[in-house]
Amino acid sequence: MSRKKTDALAERQLVGIARFWYDQMRGGELPSISMPTRTKQNIAYDDESGVWKYGDRESTRSAGSAKSALHILKMAYVIGFLKQQLRENRSSTLRELYYISEGWKRAKFAAQDESNLLIEDMEILTELSREAFHLRPEEDGASIYGPLKLREQTRRGEREIHCQEDVGEAGYPIPNNVENVEFLDHDAQFVIAIETGGMYARLMENGFDEEYGAVLVHLKGQPARSTRRALKRMNEDLGLPLVVFTDGDPWSYRIFGSIAYGSIKAAHMSELLVTPGAQFVGVQPSDISDYNLPSDVLTEGDIAALKAELTDPRFDTEYWKKQINLQLQMKLKSEQQAFASRGLDFVTKEYLPTRLSEMGIL
Amino acid sequence: MLAEDLAKQQRSISVAEFFEKNKHLLGFDSPTRGIITTIKEAVDNSLDACEEAQVLPDIYVAVARLEKDVFRIVVEDNGPGIVPENVPFVFGKLLYGSRFHQIRQSRGQQGIGISAAVLYAQLTTGVPTRIISRTGARTPAHYFELMIKTETNDPDVRVHREIEWDRMHGTRVEIEFKATLAAKKRLLDYLRYTAVVNPHARIRGEIDGEPYTFERVSDEVPPCPKAIAPHPHGIEFGLLKRMAEASNARLEDFLVEGFSRVGKKSAEEILGVAGLKGSKKASALSSQELKVLLDAMQAVQVPPPPASLCLSPIGEELIVQGIEKEYQVDFIKARTRKSSVHSGHPFIVEAALGFGGKLPAEGQAQILRFANRVPLLYQQGACAITNAVSGVNWKAYNLSQQGLPTGAVMVLVHVASTNVPFTSESKDAVAAIPEIEKEVTLALQELGRELKTYLNRRDRSRQQEDRARAICSIIPDIAAKVCEIVEQPPVDTAPLEGRIMRRLVAKKRTLDGQVELAVHNYTAKPVALTLYLFSPDAAEDADPKPEFVDRLGDDYTKVWKCALEPETSWTARYAGVGGGTLDVRGVDDKVKVVVDLDV
Repeated sequence: MSRKKTDALAERQLVGIARFWYDQMRGGELPSISMPTRTKQNIAYDDESGVWKYGDRESTRSAGSAKSALHILKMAYVIGFLKQQLRENRSSTLRELYYISEGWKRAKFAAQDESNLLIEDMEILTELSREAFHLRPEEDGASIYGPLKLREQTRRGEREIHCQEDVGEAGYPIPNNVENVEFLDHDAQFVIAIETGGMYARLMENGFDEEYGAVLVHLKGQPARSTRRALKRMNEDLGLPLVVFTDGDPWSYRIFGSIAYGSIKAAHMSELLVTPGAQFVGVQPSDISDYNLPSDVLTEGDIAALKAELTDPRFDTEYWKKQINLQLQMKLKSEQQAFASRGLDFVTKEYLPTRLSEMGIL
Repeated sequence: MLAEDLAKQQRSISVAEFFEKNKHLLGFDSPTRGIITTIKEAVDNSLDACEEAQVLPDIYVAVARLEKDVFRIVVEDNGPGIVPENVPFVFGKLLYGSRFHQIRQSRGQQGIGISAAVLYAQLTTGVPTRIISRTGARTPAHYFELMIKTETNDPDVRVHREIEWDRMHGTRVEIEFKATLAAKKRLLDYLRYTAVVNPHARIRGEIDGEPYTFERVSDEVPPCPKAIAPHPHGIEFGLLKRMAEASNARLEDFLVEGFSRVGKKSAEEILGVAGLKGSKKASALSSQELKVLLDAMQAVQVPPPPASLCLSPIGEELIVQGIEKEYQVDFIKARTRKSSVHSGHPFIVEAALGFGGKLPAEGQAQILRFANRVPLLYQQGACAITNAVSGVNWKAYNLSQQGLPTGAVMVLVHVASTNVPFTSESKDAVAAIPEIEKEVTLALQELGRELKTYLNRRDRSRQQEDRARAICSIIPDIAAKVCEIVEQPPVDTAPLEGRIMRRLVAKKRTLDGQVELAVHNYTAKPVALTLYLFSPDAAEDADPKPEFVDRLGDDYTKVWKCALEPETSWTARYAGVGGGTLDVRGVDDKVKVVVDLDV
């Protein structure tokens, strides 16, 4: 779809919400919005796309209380602003939107969290992503290093980039809008997403990308939407299998969950962001004992998070139940860089080759 | 040899000497407490005396700084006064009192009292205490300066003469001692709390140059509690022995006459259990026989003591009045429980629960504890009353709680008894007696239920107000913005208002220096109403003109009248700055919504 067409669609969808309210009020009804409830209990597996999306539970918010009326008023102001922005072909960041609302009198946002949530609501209502409204997140995407050639459409023209030859050690930074990137060519076997910068640098230094034809992607903790979109597109457009390599604690499993299954907050975007075939490399709780890794004792917060994952429908598989229960038993966690205790080459010479052949990647 | 040496040092010590060394037992353990303890003792005496004489108390309490750490304390009342012969004993002898041996509710129960302050004064400054007392219009006033002989616990009268005094009757005491006023707030709290539970008293005076007054709200002096004979369940061996020795009655008559609620039948039963003959002289009983008798008295069922005679609860109405005059609250309810008994001593629990108003919205509830109308200021944490307050599940009554309830809450608890059990001699905290804790809990639970009803009703009306605000004030803004987005002419939200509200809606809005009042009748009936707008605008150009305008300082009250058929509306406009308050009368609150769009 051309830019013009997507802009027109976004405007149509946005104005559609306002039109819906207009009709409600003309008909003597209170304006209202209906939305899926955004909780763990209301996400369901979609067979067709293989990702987790919101289920059937809906909540309706009508302007019958001051709080809800104010929410709808704020949304109306945001719609008005975005419509203007689309028409003028401008763009803004989520933070700028928050500051713009300063001038909206009582429709102004109390905190940026409030405006961010409202934008997510609008994504759900319009079935479009915020990029379609020309809204950018503050966060920068992560970086890619590996045998991959791509073309990016920048504001200053097109750039062709090879993610080993044309970039420094920091790699190629993923832009906010991944739709502006076109993959041209590659010489890769698989994509490996890595949680920490230390491990990303280790794999690069040890030449793991060259030796095994791996595209290294640094996640920088919980991956931004653009990072997840880039992973999804490499998997879908290039047919490269995706593996995820993180620390061995409950928070890292959630990183994997958001890549492979979808996140609860952005379940409406699952089809765009989730890579259903992604596989978890480790650190697995069983690795901690198998490789005798240096470890820390689980905190109370860790234990609560593990238990929450046991009731999370996304982690309701044999594999995860076994690993999480094992970890609860051991009461231990290890970081991915703990492999250094066996030597700097151990992770690239021993652990990853063994584990990846086990998984059928190598 | 050693024993003989020791014997030379062994001698009896006087009470005065004992207390000189044990000041903490009297509440004089720190300079800050000294002032409060002294005033407390003096005010307690004054209130008790006025009650006995059935006089409306007028009490003057002043604290003046003489030197850096020397203070003069003056307490003056309009009570019946003290006969001159007794003045030296009341003020100059420890443990001298008229109420110690009586079984009835009184404030200064243990009778250590004001003489302790006299002793403290002579220990710290060496200045004698000055007393003026007058018993009536036809007798002169007597002036005393006195101290206490500590070795013998006897009064040492330095000066005694008749003087002119402008009061017809009453007592004035002036004491000087070393102290600090660090606890000034607590002192004022004490006086305020005293005023709350003694709504018939006027307390005024000056503390360190600052005058204050707590006015009376009731002109009725509470009835003076009458003394009763001891109850068989509440008696101890020593008292029984003294009573028996002093009696020359037969044992059976001794029981019937000497104890409350003991009739012929109960007396026979007690004697039967004890295995003693009723014809025997009471004074002839041996210690062993008295012990058997005491056990029998505890074992036999006897009706509870007559609480209505010997106890004087404040009463629900007066507690409410007392709190309302000193605190601004949105909700206040009081409960006086029926009398109950702990180990033979009758007691009554009263409680009050206040909410909202100007009570601080943050932090723990204010707890006001009283025993026999005397505020308890110290050791809140050790008190059975506090425990009972914490033990109530306040969350069930829509209050938050962290041990004590939190938020804009005040709890008052008054325990009235012929014998309030304290944890220590300084009488700061009520001891944990299960019967008392149970009564406090029950009283608070009753009040909690009433508070919950009040809060629910308030929340409902708040919800309605919230809804009215949403519909009448925010929806028009939504409509304006939405119409701009869809590029359509403005949609009229009035029908929406009417359909949802089905009420009479009055709105005030100020835009570009124009004030607009609009009233819509969305009900099914015609209404006639009066609008009162109190604001800084004179509204001289108002259309329609107000019925009348009344100026009050810089503000004007404007009054319009209008009659509206169903589905009709009325509007008035004038140039002005807006603000102020709009009130609509003549329509039932349930079908009326007033929305101020300027707020």
